[in-house]
Amino acid sequence: MITLVRRPTPSQFWSYATPLLAVIATMIAGGILFAILGKHPVEAIRVIFWDPLFGGNASYFRGQLLVKAGPLILIACGLAVGFRAGIWNIGAEGQYIMGALFSAWLALKMYPAESHWLFPAMIVLGALGGFLWAMIPAVLKVLFGTSEILVSLMLVYVAENLLAYMAFGPLKNPEGFGFPGSRNLQDYPSAFNHELIEGTGMHWGVVAALIAVIFSYGLMHRHITGFRIRVAGEAPRAARFAGVIPARLVMLGLGMGGAFAGLAGMFEVSGPSGQITDSFNVGYGFTAIIVAFLGRLHPIGILLAGLLMALTYIGGDMAQLMLGLPSAAIQVFQGMLLFFLLAFDVLTNFRIRFGRVAA
Amino acid sequence: MIVGGIDIITLTATLMGASTPVLLAATGELVAEKSGVLNLGVEGMMIMGAVAGFAAAVATGSPVLGFLMGAIAGALLATLFAFLTQKLLSNQVATGLALTLFGLGLSALIGKGYEGVRPPPTAKIDFGPLSDIPVLGRILFSHDWIVYLSLILVAVVWYVLRSTRAGLILRAVGESHDAAHALGYRVVAVRFAALAFGGALAGLGGAYLSLVRVPQWTEGMTAGAGWIALAIVVFASWRPWRVLLGAYLFGGITALQLQLQAAGYAIPVHILSMAPYVITIVVLVILSAIHRHGVQAAPASLGKSFHASS
Repeated sequence: MITLVRRPTPSQFWSYATPLLAVIATMIAGGILFAILGKHPVEAIRVIFWDPLFGGNASYFRGQLLVKAGPLILIACGLAVGFRAGIWNIGAEGQYIMGALFSAWLALKMYPAESHWLFPAMIVLGALGGFLWAMIPAVLKVLFGTSEILVSLMLVYVAENLLAYMAFGPLKNPEGFGFPGSRNLQDYPSAFNHELIEGTGMHWGVVAALIAVIFSYGLMHRHITGFRIRVAGEAPRAARFAGVIPARLVMLGLGMGGAFAGLAGMFEVSGPSGQITDSFNVGYGFTAIIVAFLGRLHPIGILLAGLLMALTYIGGDMAQLMLGLPSAAIQVFQGMLLFFLLAFDVLTNFRIRFGRVAA
Repeated sequence: MIVGGIDIITLTATLMGASTPVLLAATGELVAEKSGVLNLGVEGMMIMGAVAGFAAAVATGSPVLGFLMGAIAGALLATLFAFLTQKLLSNQVATGLALTLFGLGLSALIGKGYEGVRPPPTAKIDFGPLSDIPVLGRILFSHDWIVYLSLILVAVVWYVLRSTRAGLILRAVGESHDAAHALGYRVVAVRFAALAFGGALAGLGGAYLSLVRVPQWTEGMTAGAGWIALAIVVFASWRPWRVLLGAYLFGGITALQLQLQAAGYAIPVHILSMAPYVITIVVLVILSAIHRHGVQAAPASLGKSFHASS
């Protein structure tokens, strides 16, 4: 018989080892899934994880890696702050959309005026859009104790509908021959978030993601605020005795998540995506939740997890192209990764004992 | 009876059908939450029920088998959730999210070949002369059997929770798992059963969506219905009859919104489509504002992990 014995303190070793274990288990389970779909499992895993980095056309795909990892890391860094404090912001997808809408609105209003101030102003508006959207669940939580989980999630659907309304209505390209979608910001030099180094995929959003990693490391691990956040998440009662004000933490946790997600949306709409369309959002806000957990809510971990997750996106595209693997298979793959991670986490907090344990 | 281009009788008659998926899912989640487990994976279980039910019904030509398969798919996914949260003691919020993300992905994968296919029709029950009663006949006696089954299930859940020994044990486990454990009840087993029941109902609700409501399979077709079901449980203060009220209220809003779109009002479609979500938020806020000063309605052990230390 197998029994679990709680460890006095979480195991340091296993907290590093479980993400790796989860990745390996997901590869095995994924291989089985691909085999069921009639693909050669080893071949599929190689196409997803190896070819984009070291295969034939790797130089192109390596650039794509940063383009995809940037928003994931940026959003996950913000979410991790909330998750550490026990605040469940799962509406990052909506905050991402609002950041894009706010900044694109400004750019489209200014078009075609050229100014050096436009791009910085768009950054501010993008962060503001996401922040304000996240403030709705935050304020409702503080004032009325409404569940931030449900409100932030409901707001994703509201934001998606707003996005579609904008793409078909107010922000539609007047010279777009009736097609839905806004003007392409890639053709508007002042607003275009161009590649900083040709062919690397490095754009301002990636820079922002790196700054976010450093910033949240400083905040969470070197500053008293981070300490308070972690105490509040692990021992809410102790935190209250220590003078932590819950309302402020709710505002901070949701606000940072929202602002970072809004920024990610801004860099995406002004760069890789270029325009507001009804299919602008591709689920980064939800995948970032997996990234945050896979990275153990630690900024450095999130950096690595974000790169890995970006790899599965690109590898998934490749596998779709070369092996005809359905794109949804990668979604399943990412979902499994989170499952395995949560399952193996038992090793961090518990010892496994075989046979009966004397009480 | 037509008010502002909206036929009130048609609206009321469609309301019951429109509410059924959410009603089933919310009733199931109520039972799970009463046992003290917060399963945020309702959306994932619903969409898996939708695709599994659809596939089974198309393959066999029998909608009944489709509904059965939908319920089984939902229950299987819920059992996975139960294993992770009850045996491996994972965080319930995170695991629920994982369930939803996984379910959305897997359903899209399974459903690839089914887009554009029409499912076998589900017949309406023939009530004979009852359906010919003016007004009431169309509102009450013009539905398929799942609609009536969902009502019966609400009544059964209400009765079992209130008046039976099994219901008492379930509630005890949900209120204080340590006390229930000390009394010799098998907390983990009770929770497994409650979660599986909840999953089966969510799956059934999903299958109703793809087999009757829409009726076809499209990727991501639940569109937040699972989350609305979660909100309804909160709205209902964990009481079965209020779940019914809540579900019909939301079903009514959805039906009204669709009729307004059809009636050609000058409100953009996308703005109208926001209505169910916005109203869910408004209702949640009102409810939480009231409960701030009243009794805490949620089961006391909701969302907490249980680990028998001896």
